[in-house]
Amino acid sequence: MQDLTDLYQSVILDHNRRPRNYSVLPTANRVGSGNNPMCGDQITVYVKLEGDRIADVSFQGSGCAISKASASLMTVNLKGKTIPEAEAIYADLHKMVTTGKVEDDNMSDLAALAGVYQFPARIKCATLGWHAALNAAKGDEKPATTELPGD
Amino acid sequence: MNKAWQNIRADFPILDQQVNGRPLVYLDNAATSQKPQCVIDALTHYYEHDNANVHRGIHTLSMRATFAYEAARERSAKFLHAAEPGEIVFTAGTTDSINLVANAWGDENLKAGDVILLTEMEHHSNLVPWQLLARRTGAKLRYLPVVAGDSGALDLAQLAKVLTPDVKIFAFTHVSNTLGVINPAAELCAAARRVGALTVVDAAQSAGHMPLDVRAMGCDFLALSGHKMCGPTGVGILYGRKALLDAMPPYRGGGSMISNVEYFESKWAPAPQKFEAGTPNIADVIALARAMDYLDDLGREAIAQHDEKLAAHAYARLAAEIPGIRMLGPAHHRSGVISFDLPGVHAHDVVTMADQEGVALRGGHHCNQPLMRKLGLSSTSRASFYLYNTEEEIERLVQTLQKIQKFFAG
Ligand SMILES: Cc1ncc(COP(=O)(O)O)c(C=O)c1O
Repeated sequence: MQDLTDLYQSVILDHNRRPRNYSVLPTANRVGSGNNPMCGDQITVYVKLEGDRIADVSFQGSGCAISKASASLMTVNLKGKTIPEAEAIYADLHKMVTTGKVEDDNMSDLAALAGVYQFPARIKCATLGWHAALNAAKGDEKPATTELPGD
Repeated sequence: MNKAWQNIRADFPILDQQVNGRPLVYLDNAATSQKPQCVIDALTHYYEHDNANVHRGIHTLSMRATFAYEAARERSAKFLHAAEPGEIVFTAGTTDSINLVANAWGDENLKAGDVILLTEMEHHSNLVPWQLLARRTGAKLRYLPVVAGDSGALDLAQLAKVLTPDVKIFAFTHVSNTLGVINPAAELCAAARRVGALTVVDAAQSAGHMPLDVRAMGCDFLALSGHKMCGPTGVGILYGRKALLDAMPPYRGGGSMISNVEYFESKWAPAPQKFEAGTPNIADVIALARAMDYLDDLGREAIAQHDEKLAAHAYARLAAEIPGIRMLGPAHHRSGVISFDLPGVHAHDVVTMADQEGVALRGGHHCNQPLMRKLGLSSTSRASFYLYNTEEEIERLVQTLQKIQKFFAG
């Protein structure tokens, strides 16, 4: 049996209660949105891109604790990263939430999401904000949706 | 309550199990109900003894299968108080039934400028088929509103304003799957008849929960799903007044629905066969008839009372024991569907945590996104009751929600 505190680690509960960078970013030059048509959750991500560096990033939206905390952790972890760096972090995160394996030590606070893999129905919640952010950074105008293959 | 009610939980083998180490409390009946042993046995018996194709064989098994299939049609006509078995079309479910009407009746009878009247509380399956029809024909959609606030009642004061003579068809749900509201179906049908509009009643949430009499209700069409009323998935019914079914063109072409086929033209079989192209869902139709027997042995009036009693009890207990909870839908005279919002805890987190306690709930928009938006919510948690649920299970729900609240308050 899974333990709920595996899923809802204190880091997650904290980011859910006090999401970081939860605002509209006035200096943003890219905006991405994501939605989960199965549950109606919706997220908007604001990115200030300088060259290929994510100089600043914020988000707003409605969602469960997992999606909110994961989006909040996304902003903290992607701020200052280049797009390739951001993609590498997301690849590790994706592997972690689908397999439970924490690939490398610098996952730091993101490791709090490792428990998600025991709850397959919730993997999409953990990846939605990241999709929206990466799409925005890469200039993909299409909203991220949980219903496309390869989330 | 009669003898059939004693030991009712033993009729449902699935209920006797542990989920995550706790006895299962199944409160997702509005999504689908569990199946009694007699329905499971009807399926098994059919496949073990009688399986054959219907209507086109003259060997013994085929005749048995055909007989049982057509007996199920008679049983269904009785269940709904239809005038005759020919008014019963077997479909894949409510969604399929509504699409049948929207296509076969709609394409033939609607033109640009006509109005399709719906209500603001419709399930997506009684909304999207009409949007598609409107797009095909140029007809317009119009909505009977839900009153402001959380009671979820239809705003009947607006009825005369929206139900005008340009309304050709009025499709509404009998019972809301989100708010548990029971709509005054007979009153709505009578009002539609006065302006010459046909009515389509979505009975997905009422068919297994209360007595239904299509003639007393005065509807023209009624749609239901077997799986929400102790029957199998993949089978449902479209009831239609015979004269209307006779006048409608077919919906899908294929075997069984024809009387004569030439290379360039064909003639249709009379209704209801006209609407049942291809090999039908024989086993599930037969098992659905068995579910109707089961429900009638318990008594649908008694089931309705049981649902309402549990819902009123749950509403009162949750409102009293869960600080800050927002209860949706009416406090009384409702079906066994309870939707609520726990402030600060998203419905999906409620459902995941409840599952850890063995309590099966549903969280989300319940295929009701426009209504959710109107209520200012993106999702709710929902507990829905059926004949096998108990007051002890409601206490498990209360304790679980208290635990969740405490967990998220940290
Ligand atoms: C009110 C209502 N209408 C229609 C449906 C659709 O039923 P089905 O998915 O069985 O076609 C449902 C089921 O969720 C419902 O609750």
